[in-house]
Amino acid sequence: MTVIEIKDLSFAYDKQMILEHINLRVEEKDFLAIIGPNGGGKSTLLKLILGINSLTIGSISVLGKKPSQSLTQIGYVPQNTNINTDFPIKVIEVVLMGHVEGKRPLFGYGKSEVLCAMGALEQVSMAEFAETKIGSLSGGQRQRIMIARALCANPQILILDEPTSSIDITGQREIYNLLKMLNKTITVIVVSHDISVILEYANKAAHVNKNLSYHDISDKQSTFHKHGTGEHFCEIELLQMLGSDNCNTCDEEEPKWSLKP
Amino acid sequence: MIEALQFEFMQHALLAGLLVSFAAGIIGSLIVVNRMVFLAGGIAHTSYGGIGLAVYFGLPIFLGASVFAVAAALLIAALTLKKRHRMDTFIGLIWAVGMAIGVIFVDLTPGYNVDLMSYLFGSILAVSSEDLYFMAALLALILFVVTFWYRDILAVSYDSEYAALRGVNVKFFYTLILVLSALTVVIAIKVVGLILVIAMLTIPVYIAEKLSHSLFSMMFLSGAVATLFTLVGLWLSYTYNLTSGASIIIISALSLGVFLLFNRGR
Repeated sequence: MTVIEIKDLSFAYDKQMILEHINLRVEEKDFLAIIGPNGGGKSTLLKLILGINSLTIGSISVLGKKPSQSLTQIGYVPQNTNINTDFPIKVIEVVLMGHVEGKRPLFGYGKSEVLCAMGALEQVSMAEFAETKIGSLSGGQRQRIMIARALCANPQILILDEPTSSIDITGQREIYNLLKMLNKTITVIVVSHDISVILEYANKAAHVNKNLSYHDISDKQSTFHKHGTGEHFCEIELLQMLGSDNCNTCDEEEPKWSLKP
Repeated sequence: MIEALQFEFMQHALLAGLLVSFAAGIIGSLIVVNRMVFLAGGIAHTSYGGIGLAVYFGLPIFLGASVFAVAAALLIAALTLKKRHRMDTFIGLIWAVGMAIGVIFVDLTPGYNVDLMSYLFGSILAVSSEDLYFMAALLALILFVVTFWYRDILAVSYDSEYAALRGVNVKFFYTLILVLSALTVVIAIKVVGLILVIAMLTIPVYIAEKLSHSLFSMMFLSGAVATLFTLVGLWLSYTYNLTSGASIIIISALSLGVFLLFNRGR
C-alpha cells in the first residue's frame, strides 16, 4: 500500500525555487532516509508533507487524503528538541501533548489518555521517567520522549527531522535501533545528516537537492558493492552516488565506484 | 502592624495584595514561559493612556485602563502574530504612544490634577471596595481559564508549532494570554504601579520556575511567593513610612538575590 504519494511537486519561497519536479512514493512499512545538503529543501519537503507549508505546484496525498486532513495519522518529531529546557513540564505532560483534539474530558486529561501516553513511554523504554522534569534528561532521553509524544496518537507514519543531530554516538545508535523496532509496524521517514548511520537502517533513500533522486537500498550488498569486510564507501562517495540523477551502480555488474582499501 | 488591621484601609490593602499577588503569580508564569515579558511591559505602560482618557471623560479609572490595556493587548497580539521579527519596534512604539496619550489627556482635564505618581508607583492604601470586587472577579476568571484550558495553554506555551499540528488554536490562546496579562497589569497598578508591575510579574515567577516540576505548580508557587513578598513589603512600608509598591519590589529583589546565592550549585 502506498502511504505517501507526491506527484510533480515544485515549491518556491519568494521566487526562489526550493524544490523542482519532485516525485516520490512511500510504501507502507518503508524506512525512508531523506538526505541531502543544507538548504537543499529537505525540511521544506517535510513541511509540505505535514501540511505546515501549503503547496504551490503538484500534488501530495498522504494515506489517500490531503496532508492537512491526515495529520492525525502522522507522528512528527521536530528538529530541535533542546529548546525550552528550563520549562517546568513533566515528561508525561509532554507525551500527553501528542493526543489529538477530539474526545477529551472537560478538565485535564482522561484516564485512557494517560494510559495511552504511558504505553507510548514504555515503547521507548522511558516509562520510569514519567514524573521527571524534562529539562533534567539528556539529549538522547529527551529525543525518546519526543518520539513517544509522536507515538501517542497511534500514527501510521512517523516522521523525524534530524533526530540525532545533538546526541552522542551511542545515543544515536539507540535511537535508530528504536526506530528499526517501531518500523515493524509503522512507516518511518527520517531526515538526517548522519548518512553513514542512517543508510544502515533505512531501506529506501531519497537525496534532495532541489531535485530528488530515489534509491532502493534494501539490498545493501548490491547497492554499495561491498566486497569483503574491510571495504566501504566514504561519506563523500556515498553522497555523490546518491545525489546523481540516475544511480549508475544499480544496473551494472561492474561497480563504477572505486573502493577505498 | 497587628493594631493597624483595625483600619479598613489596611484590611483592603492586605486583601488587594493577596488577590493581585495570586493573579500576578499565575499570569506572570505564563508571561515568562512564553517569553512575553517585554510585551507585558508594553501593555502596562500603554494602559496609562486609558487612565488619562478615563480622567478626562470622568469614567471609572479601572474601566478606562482595562479597555485601553485590552485594546493594546489585541493590537500587540495581531502585530506579533503577523510580523514577529519586527515586534520589538512596534511594542516600543505602542508603549510610548500610550503613555503620551495619557499625559496629554491629564493635561487637558480642567481644574483637577491627578496624582500621576499614584498610578506609576501604586497606591495600595487607597483601595476601595469596588476595586476589590474587580480584583476578585479577575482572579476568578484567571483561575477558570487556566484550569479549563490548562492542557491547551501548556501545549501552546511549551511547543506552539507542535500544538498547531495537533489542532490547538495557537493564535487564540496567544491572544488570550495577552488579554489576561493586560487585565492583570491593570489591577496590579493599584498595588505596585505600572512602572514596577513587571518586577512583580517576573521575580516570584523566576524563583518558582526553579522549584517547580510542572506549569501548574509553578503558577501557584509564584502566587504564594508573590503574596509573601507583598505582605512583607507592606509591613516594611507601614513601619518605616515608605512607598508600598517600591518596598514590595525591593523585598522581592533582595529575596531573589538570596535565593540565587543559595541555589548556585543547582
